Amino acid sequence: MIDQDVLESVLGTALQSGGDFAEVFAEDRRSSSARLDDGKVEELVSGRDRGAGIRVVRGDTTGFAHTADLSEAGLRAAAGAAAAAARGGGGGTRTVGLTREAVHPHVIEVMPDTVPKARKVELLERADGAARAVSDSIRQVGVAYADSRRRILVANSDGLLAEDDQVRTRFMVQCVATGDTGMQTGMEGPGRTLGFEIFDELDPEETARISARRAVAMLDARPAPSGKLPVVLKRGAGGVLFHEACGHGLEADLVGKDASVFGGMVGQQVASPLVTLIDDGTFAKEWGTYAIDDEGAPAQRNVLIENGILTDYMWDLVRARKEGRASTGNGRRETYQVLPMVRMTNTYLPAGLDDPDDIIRDTARGIYCVQLGGGQVDTATGDFVFGMTEAYLIENGEITVPLRAANLIGNGPEALRRIDAVGNDFATWSGTCGKDGQGVPVSSGQPTLRVSEMTVGGTAA
Amino acid sequence: MSASPNRETELLDIARRIAGAAGAGEQVEAYVIHSRDTEVQAFGGDIESLSVAEVSGVGVRVIADGRQGYAYAGSLEPSVVAEVLAEARDNASFGAPDEFYGLVDPADFAGIEAPVLDLWRDELLSVPTEQKVALALELEAAAKRDPRIRGVDSAGYGDAAVEAAIVSSVGVESFARRTVASCSASVMAGEGGETQTGYGFSVGRTLGELDVDRAADDAIERTVRLLGARQPKSRRLPVILDPMVTRSLLGVIGSALGGESVLKGRSMFVDREGEAVAGPEITLVDDPTLVDAYGASTHDSEGVPTRRTELIGGGVLRGFLHNAYTARRAGTRTTASAVRGFKSTPGVGPRALHLLPGTLTPEGIMASVPEALYVQSVSGLHSGTNPVSGDFSVGATGLMVRGGAFAEPVREITIASTLQRMLHDVAAIGADLTWLPGGGAGLTLLVGEMTMSGA
Repeated sequence: MIDQDVLESVLGTALQSGGDFAEVFAEDRRSSSARLDDGKVEELVSGRDRGAGIRVVRGDTTGFAHTADLSEAGLRAAAGAAAAAARGGGGGTRTVGLTREAVHPHVIEVMPDTVPKARKVELLERADGAARAVSDSIRQVGVAYADSRRRILVANSDGLLAEDDQVRTRFMVQCVATGDTGMQTGMEGPGRTLGFEIFDELDPEETARISARRAVAMLDARPAPSGKLPVVLKRGAGGVLFHEACGHGLEADLVGKDASVFGGMVGQQVASPLVTLIDDGTFAKEWGTYAIDDEGAPAQRNVLIENGILTDYMWDLVRARKEGRASTGNGRRETYQVLPMVRMTNTYLPAGLDDPDDIIRDTARGIYCVQLGGGQVDTATGDFVFGMTEAYLIENGEITVPLRAANLIGNGPEALRRIDAVGNDFATWSGTCGKDGQGVPVSSGQPTLRVSEMTVGGTAA
Repeated sequence: MSASPNRETELLDIARRIAGAAGAGEQVEAYVIHSRDTEVQAFGGDIESLSVAEVSGVGVRVIADGRQGYAYAGSLEPSVVAEVLAEARDNASFGAPDEFYGLVDPADFAGIEAPVLDLWRDELLSVPTEQKVALALELEAAAKRDPRIRGVDSAGYGDAAVEAAIVSSVGVESFARRTVASCSASVMAGEGGETQTGYGFSVGRTLGELDVDRAADDAIERTVRLLGARQPKSRRLPVILDPMVTRSLLGVIGSALGGESVLKGRSMFVDREGEAVAGPEITLVDDPTLVDAYGASTHDSEGVPTRRTELIGGGVLRGFLHNAYTARRAGTRTTASAVRGFKSTPGVGPRALHLLPGTLTPEGIMASVPEALYVQSVSGLHSGTNPVSGDFSVGATGLMVRGGAFAEPVREITIASTLQRMLHDVAAIGADLTWLPGGGAGLTLLVGEMTMSGA
């Protein structure tokens, strides 16, 4: 993307008025998407975003500037602006010599941009047909295909030079079913860090059927109960809850600002001994996977909680430098136009020992939650709220009626302590994690498990 | 980086060149934007980060043989612009034909003059960065002045000067620009195991219009009044919504009133025009011609002059918001409600959605019921609200209200109802209309009854 000698000279410019650290992050992203709605293929969209963000760190202050102009002159102008923003005082020339890191980007078998657009369109039509075939009550089907190729380059004044080529493909189906009780929606949207070969393992028609069945099932839904109940989270359904309610509180930037309930708790019991929580950027093919993070650090498998004991937080470069330790490969940014932050990758609770069917059988009255719709957490308090988009009542150890949309609320650390059964199955879920307005692809995963008590915000008694 | 305060000619020229490349039987629309942004974050008495940037982008829509294609790029370099036009043309050959595709015909808004709105302050472009930094530091210090505040998790200043040109091959040409500046702080209070958080902000069109003390005081007050919050027992009771909460709920209703949601059947308002969908005191309006609204704009994102649109009048559903496409499909005319970034074709949405205010002050509303739940903030609104069925269930934090005054704070609760029931059950509308950053306005609202789930 940018020649090594240009990068070295731009880093020199960035540090011309002092500063402890300088970095050039360049990105070239091409994306394409296609959408079908109402049985009709809507417009295809292609996009290109290319530019570089330059930061200069001096003490606790970071100066940042970005530019879409990757010429030496454009980069130098941005480096000068970042240096000025960092309010550098003392002058002096610093020479930076870069060493290229050996990085092995994931092997992509079929680059999406080599696939004829007509083939992508055909997938949409197949999914539309499959969803409509599920039931006459399916009235609306929306299908979306999206791929992106993101090439990044990171060079910094520590001498690091590393590149990655990140390819992601996603397929989503949303259905609306209409019945006597009104309209209900169903959604399914798997994504992987793969090229078009994702469709070797992902059947678009099956994705469509899952989405359609979900909408149809909810037509018979009754108002959810309100109050405290045991909640069984089906494999894959609840990972996002632990991502939000626990994962964010384990991000070193929030811990450093005393904005996490997990601050100062390394080595302490923070969860049920049944709980191990891992963030793993190397998890093959998963939606949040990469070879290097957006600061050039290799992705890692990081154990955050082991058998209930808090073992470590997640770190980016700047916070790690301050503590005199290494980054854990969790420094990410949505685009070159923003500063990196500590972010999760693929966050999951590994499988336990219980038979998932037994967990349901052992629950006298509770909620069986099959899909969560996303949610929100206050990391300072650990309080969270999540919408259940597919859930059922458990009565006398059996799954009975479907429940209308309702929220689950609770507290992250408390939910971790209340996990009293962990299944021997496992699944992941892909989504976009938002933090301070930046969205990055992540996945979350978990086996079927039970939280002995959560507050359900339904309208029934 | 040019010192030119105004990019009108430059952006219009680029857009004209793209639109001018339209061939026979082809419609081309170019949307070209340029924005200058500054963001400062203060932490621990020092600047944590300072970011200065200029952002450009171009989006091109091509319609040929009844098919539509789109492409965009975050650059205005001539070679990139040419590539974007070529990609949009190629993409247009793969979509399905749709008789309703087509750029806005200027005849659709003949006789409608764009409002004259002063949304731009040259002054913002000459404010030195040091002054922005100083404001962020001042805000952080101010947010700490109450001894009960344990920490400030974020305090910052941000501004943007945005210019957008739209030119189409069928004769539309518009240029709109605006500046906005804001500052906000989020603080923490509490001892032992307790933490409460709260947020305060100030917004204006330039730095000089910001009220730092008010942002700090609001953040402090909204946090410390939650200290000691407990989870109450579940029950049904009257609910008073804070203006920011009202705005959030109106946002969900506004999206269900968009032509796109309605035509696709993804709205609780489908086929209900002319029906009473709310109590008779409810009038809901989108009016981007109001200069005080932060979503105010002279033109929409297809270059159409904006105007006032009444969506619900006296409780009766009057109509929907439309862009050119949804209007044509619905057999009506655009309401100038196209909204977009440069990375997508225009959607439909409100810019300045608000309820016509009532007569009671917030204090008057609190005194009008023996007991109520005052909802200060909600979470999980998007996951917890279904715009199709109208069901909603959101996490909430707030205070109990008794005898016209705030009583004990409550936490870890949800409030649930349906949007339809809520619209019919509004018992009082506050006089405190407040324009908020991001577009619409809020005011204090009393809803007769909702379910509060707690312990």
